[in-house]
Amino acid sequence: MRRLRWLVPLGIFVVLLGFLGVGLTRDPREVPSPLVGKPAPAFALAQLHDPTRKLGTTDLRGQVWLLNVWASWCVSCRVEHPLLLQLAKAKLVPVIGLDYKDKPEEGKAWLVSEGDPYTTSIMDIDGRVGIDWGVYGVPETFVIDKNGVIRYKQIGPVTVDALQQTILPLVRELQRS
Amino acid sequence: MTALARALAVIAFALAGCALAQVVTEDPLDARLKRLETDLRCLVCQNQTLADSDAPLAADLRREIRELAVAGRTDDDIRAFLVDRYGDFVLYRPPLKPKTWLLWLGPFALLLLGAIVWWSVLRRRRAQSTDAVAPSAEAEARARALLEE
Repeated sequence: MRRLRWLVPLGIFVVLLGFLGVGLTRDPREVPSPLVGKPAPAFALAQLHDPTRKLGTTDLRGQVWLLNVWASWCVSCRVEHPLLLQLAKAKLVPVIGLDYKDKPEEGKAWLVSEGDPYTTSIMDIDGRVGIDWGVYGVPETFVIDKNGVIRYKQIGPVTVDALQQTILPLVRELQRS
Repeated sequence: MTALARALAVIAFALAGCALAQVVTEDPLDARLKRLETDLRCLVCQNQTLADSDAPLAADLRREIRELAVAGRTDDDIRAFLVDRYGDFVLYRPPLKPKTWLLWLGPFALLLLGAIVWWSVLRRRRAQSTDAVAPSAEAEARARALLEE
């Protein structure tokens, strides 16, 4: 027993190495949102293509929908854009675009040149709705269920993996319930 | 003449600037917000405080915090406002709750563990050394006999 005592510090070291190793695989920029599982913060915002009309969280009750936070100035939004266009073509779920802290003309021009995947785009010019939704790095994508509860948040561009393995299965499950 | 006038104008502007800066730092609301913001993390530049960060989001959050403070909310209300949206991560001082017990108490537990190990090692060493030094009664008697010879 005494002879095996040198294993104790080695064991502690291995455990520590394990923790540090796992730490390396995690992205510190991804801060888990406290809003997942909570009712989506209410908003009623003017639409990008028709500012006289508003779209709000109450209008979207009773259906599963995605909120995609984007901006014409956002570089990594271009990464996920083709995927969003595909998603729009498949018409699986309404995608509401939140044009975050953008100039409306620039936002509209961007959708013309890149393609418009959004069911409706709304404007958050001063970024207040973004703050209510805990947005800190555009693009971000939220999945909201029929009761208006946020069920998932994707921080950064939507990837093929995230879409196929997490977002779409979740959307299907929520649509069934 | 024009050069002198220009120099005087520059000095006057500089002084006015100093005077303005003085006025701004003396505002108690500013001082309070500054203190609050140095304890909050900017989510964009994660190793900067909300007070230091130049990120657009930090500017928006400072504006929001100022409005809340002007509306009469307390520092705790403002912190809760941010935690509700961004989680405990925005706090540079994490709250004490079951999830953070290890974080807060871990170092003290390790210190205690170290003290226990140190104390037990010390005690064993002392026991060993006194064993080595204290001769048996028989050996002592023999030694004394040798000395008396």
